Amino acid sequence: MANELSETQKSQIGKQNKKGQTYTDPNHLFFKAPRTAAFYTGSEVIKEAIRRASVDVMVAYPITPQSEAAALIGELYAEGYVADYMRGESEFAVMGQCAGAAFGGARVFTTTAGPGTMRAMENFPMWVGSRLPIQMIVTCRGINSPLSIQPDTLEMYFLLGTGMLMWHAETAQDFFDWMLMGYIVSEQPDVHLPLALCCDGFFVTHTKDTVMLTPPEMCLPPYDPYRSPVVCMDMESPPVRMMRDPFIMKSNYISYMTHASWQEETRAACERSRKHTIPLIGGLIETENVDAEILIVASGTAVSQGREAIRLLEDEGIRVGLVKVKSLRPFPFEELREATKNAKHIFVPEFNVIGWLATELKAALPDNHRIIAGPHVAGGMTMPAEVIVRKNSDLSGVFGYYAAGVS
Amino acid sequence: MPPEYRDLVEQSTYGHEDRGWKDIGNSKELIEAHSLCAGCPESMAFRYILASLPNPEDTVMVGSTGCTSLVFPMVAVHNIHSLFGNQNAVASGLKRALTVRFPDRIKDVVVLAGDGATVDIGLDMTLQAWFRQEKFTTICFDNELYANTGGQESGLMRKGFVAKMAPTGKKFDKVRLPEIARESGCCYVVNLTVSKPSLVEKVIKNAVLLAREVGPTYIQLYTPCILEIGKNSMEGLQEMRDSEKPGERFNYKEYITDEAKQYLADLDAKKKSAVIPAAQLTE
Repeated sequence: MANELSETQKSQIGKQNKKGQTYTDPNHLFFKAPRTAAFYTGSEVIKEAIRRASVDVMVAYPITPQSEAAALIGELYAEGYVADYMRGESEFAVMGQCAGAAFGGARVFTTTAGPGTMRAMENFPMWVGSRLPIQMIVTCRGINSPLSIQPDTLEMYFLLGTGMLMWHAETAQDFFDWMLMGYIVSEQPDVHLPLALCCDGFFVTHTKDTVMLTPPEMCLPPYDPYRSPVVCMDMESPPVRMMRDPFIMKSNYISYMTHASWQEETRAACERSRKHTIPLIGGLIETENVDAEILIVASGTAVSQGREAIRLLEDEGIRVGLVKVKSLRPFPFEELREATKNAKHIFVPEFNVIGWLATELKAALPDNHRIIAGPHVAGGMTMPAEVIVRKNSDLSGVFGYYAAGVS
Repeated sequence: MPPEYRDLVEQSTYGHEDRGWKDIGNSKELIEAHSLCAGCPESMAFRYILASLPNPEDTVMVGSTGCTSLVFPMVAVHNIHSLFGNQNAVASGLKRALTVRFPDRIKDVVVLAGDGATVDIGLDMTLQAWFRQEKFTTICFDNELYANTGGQESGLMRKGFVAKMAPTGKKFDKVRLPEIARESGCCYVVNLTVSKPSLVEKVIKNAVLLAREVGPTYIQLYTPCILEIGKNSMEGLQEMRDSEKPGERFNYKEYITDEAKQYLADLDAKKKSAVIPAAQLTE
């Protein structure tokens, strides 16, 4: 079954927390509760989502462009919406503090960006192996030298192999909905994995957008740590030894087999998240006009720029379809194969210099000569829709071909 | 249920107020057969500490990578090993989560890690937890080198000692972490060896009780790596005795704040009056 609550959680539905918010059935909260329009920055939207998320512990650290959001959660703590809040000493420590709180059975939230994500990197496979359903917002920024604080999604490339769930929000609305939905997916017993909810820094965090918010008097049911597939470290379960033999560091077959099978299991858990994710965020991908012979496949704000490019191309009489990739882990192999089956040319615009999404697609799709990586903008450069149009024409000439009416 | 598990439930000292090292041999210990070298003083230290925890039924331990992490899977209190050096960060988050989730109960958090984890790779997080006055105990097993990786130089190694990665002898002094701990906000700091179990018991109990109410505490225990300093299995105890003589690096040294002293005196007075139920002692 998808997105089940435990009996403990169900027993909380309808009750009030100390702020007077009502623990609400997630499906009601997401799909039936009335929504109100608000005009907020992405950072303010993060705050509003956390107000409704029944978070126990948030650990913060300053790094642009997530500092504002992290500080706004501090205001929620001061108001009593978050049970504990602290500033860590570095992202490596922050992610350790998040781990400790999650090991102790708390619902945990943090935010990071760019070099901070890289500094913390050792923690992420550990979170996965320890099955800690921490939610981490990644407001992507440059990680190159010379120092840059500008939008750039290169850090996401390094997260792809950690085993975390990874979603890439395009808009503040995605953010608001997916943060709340993310906890429900992450905390399922057959998933129980951390979620890296990524967005393009500044473009999403620092711009204002109209967002439809759920009522502030409704919140998610609290986390139930006893649904975890591994023991919650609170000494509330019988005092058994966690392992009878420290095989973990031995060099023998059973040790190798244990590690191998656990890595397989955490990856399988990520795949199992599909059945919970799909009904909530409406599929791992979103498509428009995929019967067209030219497609743009993108994630994050590159999707928005792709939409603009498609509109410009329509003016020239060229029909182009769009695929928005919402989830990178699990990776939507089947969905993408189906969506691109008619495409002759697949353009992949990205906000990073290496084109990791194109690399992923080339490994996943048949006839991958169809994939044209680019345009790539990096270091904070914007991606005007005209760049996508021109780049595509320069590289392949296909637009000229189609515009001439030859098919 | 396997007999070993039944033994643990029926014959361990969970819930005994006056548990201590003298229970060793009479009741089921919280540590199963250890996986350290024969004669390793760390194994003694582990047994004394686990026998001395005042509240093991509500204690969660946090370890780090090293020889200690080979032992923790044999320990019958919940314990966390995640990465190398992050133990005080993990303990900070853990203690906060347990405080949020169990506001009316005592849940002790005890960090136990080696000197590499505490002083080198994890020093930042060790100190920051103390600056923040995080309420848990930090215990360092100081064997003055990286033992599990084969005897490399560490910050707590003596100056001049020749080791791997210090091929011409260590160039700088043993880091003075007890003094740093005092200046960093620990209310109770003790530097000692594990040659005297009664002393270890008293120090560990004090450290855990004070960390509940007063502030962070730090215990540095000499647990020599007999393998890497060229001693035999039976020579660990003598090595500790030699190093705790006056003027030696592990001569007993204690720092305690006035507030902590008063807290312990009050606890003692309450205990002596004896009519007060034990459960209230810590409230």
